[in-house]
Amino acid sequence: MFKILKYSFADLSRSRWTYVYTGFYALLTMSLFLLSSDLSKVIISLMNVVLVLVPLIAVIFGVMYYYNSREFTELLLAQPIKRTDIFLGQFLGVAGSLAGSLLIGVGVPFLFYGILGSAEIGNYLILLLTGVCLSIIFSGLAFFIALKNENRIKGFGLAILLWLGFAVIYDGLLLLLLAVFSDYPLEKVALGASLLNPIDLSRILILLKLDISALMGFTGAVFEKFLGSNLGMVLAILSLMVWVGIPVLGIKFTSQRKDF
Amino acid sequence: MNLEIKKLSKSFGKLKVLNEIDLSIRQAGTYAVLGPNGSGKTTLMKSILGMVLPEFGSIAINGQSIKGAHAYRDKIDYLPQIARFPENLKVNELFTLIKELRTGETRDEALIKRFEIEPFLDKKLGNLSGGTRQKVNLIQAFMFDNPLVVLDEPTTGLDPLSLVKLKELIREEQAKDKTIIITSHIMDFVEEMADQIIFLMEGKIYFNGSLHELNDKFKTSKLEQTIAKILKEQKEQGRQDGDEAYLTPLKELSHV
Repeated sequence: MFKILKYSFADLSRSRWTYVYTGFYALLTMSLFLLSSDLSKVIISLMNVVLVLVPLIAVIFGVMYYYNSREFTELLLAQPIKRTDIFLGQFLGVAGSLAGSLLIGVGVPFLFYGILGSAEIGNYLILLLTGVCLSIIFSGLAFFIALKNENRIKGFGLAILLWLGFAVIYDGLLLLLLAVFSDYPLEKVALGASLLNPIDLSRILILLKLDISALMGFTGAVFEKFLGSNLGMVLAILSLMVWVGIPVLGIKFTSQRKDF
Repeated sequence: MNLEIKKLSKSFGKLKVLNEIDLSIRQAGTYAVLGPNGSGKTTLMKSILGMVLPEFGSIAINGQSIKGAHAYRDKIDYLPQIARFPENLKVNELFTLIKELRTGETRDEALIKRFEIEPFLDKKLGNLSGGTRQKVNLIQAFMFDNPLVVLDEPTTGLDPLSLVKLKELIREEQAKDKTIIITSHIMDFVEEMADQIIFLMEGKIYFNGSLHELNDKFKTSKLEQTIAKILKEQKEQGRQDGDEAYLTPLKELSHV
């Protein structure tokens, strides 16, 4: 698996799209620093971008990489290695290169603005951690969708729909649910719903760490009320870890049963 | 090398691509798998390599079932039909990857010289022409000296000089008593290289025997004419008897 990972990472790290993606983050972070020198404000602004953009780019890169390397995958399948090692290696290569872009693009500018000596270092690390987790989760889900669908257009469509569901439709549905059933106690439902959405989990995790109740929204507030900041963060991190495991299992299961 | 395929069946949706194929290859030699488009050639080759999982039936290599196994592929050289590699990797990085994934002695340097790939070793695979990519494909396939060689359309995109070199290479492999399985649409190439023909149609083996036997049966001197004759006869038979007869194999031809 590590041999495949190494090569798909090497392939992707030379891709022009990886440079564009890294450059975009670097430019965005530096422009935010020009607007405000308050590290915590920059982290919150970046959070809003990271929560939407990281999953979107991860699903697009994930399906694109899978479909583009189909023929090469056939050659790999003829080698004396396990199927799951090929696909997990490729997926981790994509996830690694996306996470690398984020860590360099967002991470490095902060170092120049003195994050290491500041009190915001914890928040900064949580921002990067959630970004890395979202890169892994969404590129994994994209790989799973692509493995399940031979048809590229269908695969692309489903992947974008997945992102739309988690990033946009989820919020709308939750709001609708809260409005319609406002007479009932919905805290536990909301808590459960947020566990089902890695983007919401990431948002809650960052805001619990930043301790900004005004931005938490209903699910965030429920997390804080029921579990307190620390327990809430532990639960959010654990749930994100479970989310990392879901596509891994899906890829493993599907690749063992598929014809190429 | 001993390859035993028993009652191998595979469907994709409603389409039955392989229908209870029985095939045993016990002797070294060059076997050409032929048949019209969609007759199941590639599916048969991919089944041997474990890429397509059979619905029914079994495949065994040297007495060992390949089901769920992967280590046996170390002894099979494979040339895929389409030569597309990761665009941003360099040619020599691809060779290193294949070498890392396999075991055994390599002869890549001799092959690189033979196909004159030295100037391209440091070039990215995405920048190569189709013909050069096919040469890279050939080198990765023949890099290890294995007893079973599976070649899917090996002539694609090659210039005449490279084609001559490929034929020479295959002849050298034949002299080493290897089992070589080829599919190709170029009948002249098949006629020149293969000594056994496995003719597939509608997911069944219609003929399995030597090239001479096939030509003698149909009283032709060229393989191309023979194949055209088989396909034409089948079509006419299909028109006369309805679709069912079209699906019945030429019993007198198959002595599998």
